[in-house]
Amino acid sequence: MYNQLILLRVSKSSHRVIYLIRLKGVCTQSSAPGTLITLLPSRLLVVAAASSSAPRRVRFACGIHDHRRGAERYAPARSLPEQELRYPTMGVELQGYDFPVGVVEDGYLSDSEAFASVINVINGVRMAPSLVPQSNKEQYDYLVTVVNPGKRIGQDDEALMATALKALSRAVFRLDAVYHGSLLNNIFMSSIWDYGLDARNALLELITTLATVPDKFLDNCLYTLLHNLRPPSRLKAPFNQSKRWLMRKEEVRREVYLALNCINTLVPLAPARLKILIEKCMPRFTEDKYVLMTYVEGILGLERNEIGKFLGSTVLARVVDLLIDLDVNIPWEDILQEEPNKGIFAIELGECNEDDEYTTIPNMDTLGLVKNTFADKLDGLMVVACEHLKSCSESGHLLEVFERLSEIFQRAMLKLHKSKFTQFLMFYACSLDPDTCGLKFAIMLTDIFISKDEDPDSRMKAIAYLASYLARAKFIPSSLVASILKRLVDWCFEYCQLQDSWVNKISPQADRVFYSGCQAVMYILCFRLRSICDVPQLKQLLFHLPVDSILHHPVLDPLKVCLPLIVQEFLRQAQTARLFKKPMAHSYDNSLESEFSKAFGGIQRLDMFFPFDPYLLKESDRFMRPNFEFWDMVKTTYSDYDSSEGEDSEGEDELKDLGPSNFPKDNDDEDDLDLKIDKMSITPNPSFLHQIATNFDQSSQMPARIRPSQSPPSPRHGFLYTKKEERLDDQKI
Amino acid sequence: MEGLKVAEADLVVYVHPSKSNQVRRAVLRQLSSLLFTHDEIFDGVVLAYEVNIPSKRAKVISGLIPYIGVKIKANLLLFSPKPSMLIGGKVVKLGKESIHVVVLGFSSAAIMLEDIREEFKYKIKHGEGVFASSSHKRHVIKAGSMIRFQVKSFDEEILHISGSLLPSNTGCIQWLSKHGTEDGSYADSSLKTSDIQREMQEEGTLNTTTGDKSPNKTQKHKSKKRTRGDR
Repeated sequence: MYNQLILLRVSKSSHRVIYLIRLKGVCTQSSAPGTLITLLPSRLLVVAAASSSAPRRVRFACGIHDHRRGAERYAPARSLPEQELRYPTMGVELQGYDFPVGVVEDGYLSDSEAFASVINVINGVRMAPSLVPQSNKEQYDYLVTVVNPGKRIGQDDEALMATALKALSRAVFRLDAVYHGSLLNNIFMSSIWDYGLDARNALLELITTLATVPDKFLDNCLYTLLHNLRPPSRLKAPFNQSKRWLMRKEEVRREVYLALNCINTLVPLAPARLKILIEKCMPRFTEDKYVLMTYVEGILGLERNEIGKFLGSTVLARVVDLLIDLDVNIPWEDILQEEPNKGIFAIELGECNEDDEYTTIPNMDTLGLVKNTFADKLDGLMVVACEHLKSCSESGHLLEVFERLSEIFQRAMLKLHKSKFTQFLMFYACSLDPDTCGLKFAIMLTDIFISKDEDPDSRMKAIAYLASYLARAKFIPSSLVASILKRLVDWCFEYCQLQDSWVNKISPQADRVFYSGCQAVMYILCFRLRSICDVPQLKQLLFHLPVDSILHHPVLDPLKVCLPLIVQEFLRQAQTARLFKKPMAHSYDNSLESEFSKAFGGIQRLDMFFPFDPYLLKESDRFMRPNFEFWDMVKTTYSDYDSSEGEDSEGEDELKDLGPSNFPKDNDDEDDLDLKIDKMSITPNPSFLHQIATNFDQSSQMPARIRPSQSPPSPRHGFLYTKKEERLDDQKI
Repeated sequence: MEGLKVAEADLVVYVHPSKSNQVRRAVLRQLSSLLFTHDEIFDGVVLAYEVNIPSKRAKVISGLIPYIGVKIKANLLLFSPKPSMLIGGKVVKLGKESIHVVVLGFSSAAIMLEDIREEFKYKIKHGEGVFASSSHKRHVIKAGSMIRFQVKSFDEEILHISGSLLPSNTGCIQWLSKHGTEDGSYADSSLKTSDIQREMQEEGTLNTTTGDKSPNKTQKHKSKKRTRGDR
């Protein structure tokens, strides 16, 4: 192992000088001695350098190397007394020491001389192009090609480039966009993915220094750094998953963050420019999945960095916008065409039991989404976004991110009707911290619904989100559900009180906010009634709410207007649990929707908007599933007597006095195809398949059959459904 | 520090009707959008504001959207650096070619080598670069120092200042406060030469007379004169 630095000179014609550095006690490379070299034809010298982690002290000796006789021959020309020198930055820095190389022996060049040469080249073209001498022009052109060769280069050329970049770092104030346009352009077009550590560091140092030049290059520098968060365009699958590239990705990203943080320190208002550039540089949803994932991963990482706190919600907002773009481009129509016999949400299959809860839940594969490139991209991006939330949670920053996400939710997601999966980001964030984030989200949605300042559509969407969230989130405790229900019921009750007595006609459109509130209460109770009843205090709270007076309101009559399937399931459970003091008189209808529900849902069909219905994306499903309540897992009030009679609980004891015979049984006959199909979450499921579905004996699986996030039906839907119905009818026959 | 001023402004803020139930919040939001941006009307960068809404009455502007014109009185703290003003900042990076400074925590400034007077030489001390005065041993500018410099130009868009350390009353604020006079000129700068310093350094005598241990300037004068005379 060497402990020396050998100074080599190649030839007078090229004046190439080589330092070979052997670090004290550490050899950076085993094959080639030390690191390298360089330079420019005009007596430029250069230096090799060690990695930043290398020891700061080296010992060196001097030698001459004849390039023409073979690169491997190192003939020590003059042995110098071993001295210690220090190099504080990348590349050997000899200034300020007693032993500058240039002084030691005539003909050898120091770093300072090398850098001075680059500055001379730059100064040589600082004039009108017509006045620039040819020699200066040639030198400048050579420098331009050295800085960014635009192709793969060898180690020698890379070292040459690194030295040129370091020299330029010292001359940034001499660079002018007018005279050095091509050079600057080459710098800003550089991709740091292509180079080794030295060249990367030199390039980033140059960019960082350029950013501090007053009123000149800040935007370009930030753009270059952001652009380098994208993978190189030549990188195609499956190479992008190789270990080498993944490591390179991490390195590059870390270095870019470091450079951005450094710029932020030097130019405190740089984040304001960066925000604008992040918006401009955001890739379109049509770009390659790997590009999208890498870039999004990169900018989300930026948010976790020091500079992230100055960027506000910009990064997250852009990512959510991208997710939404992908989301709305996934058409339900295609899915229906792919698998018309399975329906859109064949999620909650009847055969799914608790012992085998993860085996029968279909996902993207079974729903034809796998062929949809947008769904595939969205799936990948959801994984990246969820990983980001997870890492924020682990580092204790989840609350800040959640605040930003809530703001974005209100601005972007809540205004959007057709979003199918993006909203699950909120769901996942809440699941990471149910006590704070989970609670805040529920309260925020309730506040929006109750607020008179919001427009009716926003309020209806908020209540749809709230209902779906409280129903589906396993991590939300029953006590919170009960308190939210109390607020909703109180609001509905107040609404009923204010209702004009002289109006005696149902007007679903005018009272649509009220009906959506009532439907939400019933929907939540379909999922949660049993769990609330299991806690005596909550049960008492719930039973004291004026639910029946709202539902029995003589004029508004929500039971007529809300979705019949929800009403039916709710009444079934409510009567089992004796929620009502008097029996409900209601003509049960097993149809999915009614004229009234259509009317209050409006053209957007907000009556059928259930944002947190089962998640269909394959890869990202692992984040949602553990916290998601599937309908088949829900314990209903009537299911006590079918499946858990032996259990000894207070609630059951109370309900047992009704006797099993008074309640419907789930029809478990496997041969009954109709009921099997009925248990699937086929949407819509026309009532004529179940001619007997007019009483409680019908095994209704209501909430599961609601099609979530469904756009207004189109004639095409109608056609598909008709075909499906015909097929089912055939099977029946 | 120069460049800071307080301005009283009578303003009319147009509030969207949807914010008519939270006018004050809307006004504050509007004023916050002015922060850290240069405004030609105010001729400076708004750093802080204090708002007073004197009247509860406001004019509703006729038009497609009936904005509410709310009259307010605001005290604005403005930062308005002009050429040749002396301002202070913290050195965040120091290189052989330039000194990078942050002023008031938000505005970046750069002082290039040609704008640094020859008295300052770039050296590497204890592994980090510093600009040390050749006339005054203790006058050193390094990363983290608070320095006073002269404004050369100010870019209003990105709030970037070009500075200069050419005037003699510029440099490290800590040193200037101890050795400078009110007008910024040194009490004894003309008396010191690098030769004397070098000689004194060699002799190891330059350790107490010029530094902060001197109780008053008169003594310092005498000491230095004597030194020169001795020589």
